[in-house]
Amino acid sequence: MPPKKHEKRLGEERLQRIIDLCKSVEERGLDPFMVDVEDIIGVVRELFPVWERPEEFSLDAEAVHSVASVIWLQSSWVKHRSTTLYTDPFLLGEKIRRLGKEEIANVFLKAWHPVVELEQITSHSLAEAMKYWEGLLPIGERWQRTAPLKTETGTMSREEMIKQRLLLEEAFTKELEALWGELKQRTGGKARIPYWDFVGAETYSETIKRAYMTSFLVTYGYATLEAYPLEEEMYLKPFEKPVSTLGKRQAFSVPVSVSVEEWMKWREEKQG
Amino acid sequence: MKRKAYYSRKIKRATHLLFYRRHKKPGVKGWELRRGLGSDYPKVLGVLDSYLETLDLQVKTVFEQEKPAEKPTLDQLDRARFFVTLRSGTTPKEAKLCGWRVDDVAGLAIAISYIISKGGKAPREEVEELLQSKLPGWRVDINMGRYVRSGYLAEDENKQVYLDWRTRAEVDQKALVESLLSASSSQ
Repeated sequence: MPPKKHEKRLGEERLQRIIDLCKSVEERGLDPFMVDVEDIIGVVRELFPVWERPEEFSLDAEAVHSVASVIWLQSSWVKHRSTTLYTDPFLLGEKIRRLGKEEIANVFLKAWHPVVELEQITSHSLAEAMKYWEGLLPIGERWQRTAPLKTETGTMSREEMIKQRLLLEEAFTKELEALWGELKQRTGGKARIPYWDFVGAETYSETIKRAYMTSFLVTYGYATLEAYPLEEEMYLKPFEKPVSTLGKRQAFSVPVSVSVEEWMKWREEKQG
Repeated sequence: MKRKAYYSRKIKRATHLLFYRRHKKPGVKGWELRRGLGSDYPKVLGVLDSYLETLDLQVKTVFEQEKPAEKPTLDQLDRARFFVTLRSGTTPKEAKLCGWRVDDVAGLAIAISYIISKGGKAPREEVEELLQSKLPGWRVDINMGRYVRSGYLAEDENKQVYLDWRTRAEVDQKALVESLLSASSSQ
């Protein structure tokens, strides 16, 4: 490669890096003073005599524009710091963590002046409504058209889902074994753990996921579920090695309700 | 007498324009008021504001950019949006009537004050992280969505959260931050 061409390519790469840096500061809200503007302007100035083609000048202009955006961000930063509104985000975060919800809400209500507004129908929306009404078919015809389609619900096993590539075998097995390991670790010295203490998580969606995976732990013989319907208690008991029960005894299903209400009740009990 | 009748008529017209919602967002632009009330609309609004004071209401001006340090120009007023808001703050009982739970109000206060402290823009994940210290994890996303839909916050494609029009219209940002910093914890 001729030396000039090589020099140009390196220069273009440097400009591109400058543009990317400035863009990331702008888009991700990073500290604008991370960018050494003086240094960048020096680089842009140094490279300028090398450019000949319109696309090279375009890249140069883009770099200058990006630096200008960063300078604007720096000026806004200084302006904000000099206003009475400036507060250290860390300090504020700490203060918020120490205050109770009611206290924060009360403070807000003193600074909150809700807008007073009355909604009413406009001539435009009235005209739209009339247009809709005029175009509406008689109710008899509408009912004929919207007769519900007969659909049949069905079931699909995990094997079928894997076959149809809706589930991945490898990832699933790994996840299942990780959960089995967790169950063994959490039961520790004890033989069993209450069902909700194991499947319950910080969020409801995570709880559902854990309950779903736990059902496979039991079905595939990694653990067993002990249910005491009268006492309304359920326990999970891990096996040291997966136990295959296929064909040995009659398998039966235990329906377990994992509703939002039950999850919230569990959380309240846990916190209380 | 003639002058009094003139302003009385203008105030009635201004009340209709400001109270009744005509667009998707509440409030009226300055240029709309100029068209409906004449070029002396700032004066008419001043008279209306002093009348509303007895009812604990006020005419609030939200400028397109930051509030000008000096007397706003006619051009700045034309581009500003005018609202009628409560003059004093609300009570927890009144907030409940507006359909806001204590959790929702506290979450909104946290989000707004944190964004103010970050200069008007903050990454959504930072705001959510702070909200998680007060709200259950599953409610954080729901609440953020509600604040955005109500016009208190806005979010761009880079997951940066900003203060939107309703915060600028309804929240005394300075008072909020100052009160939060000076509030003493009872915990």
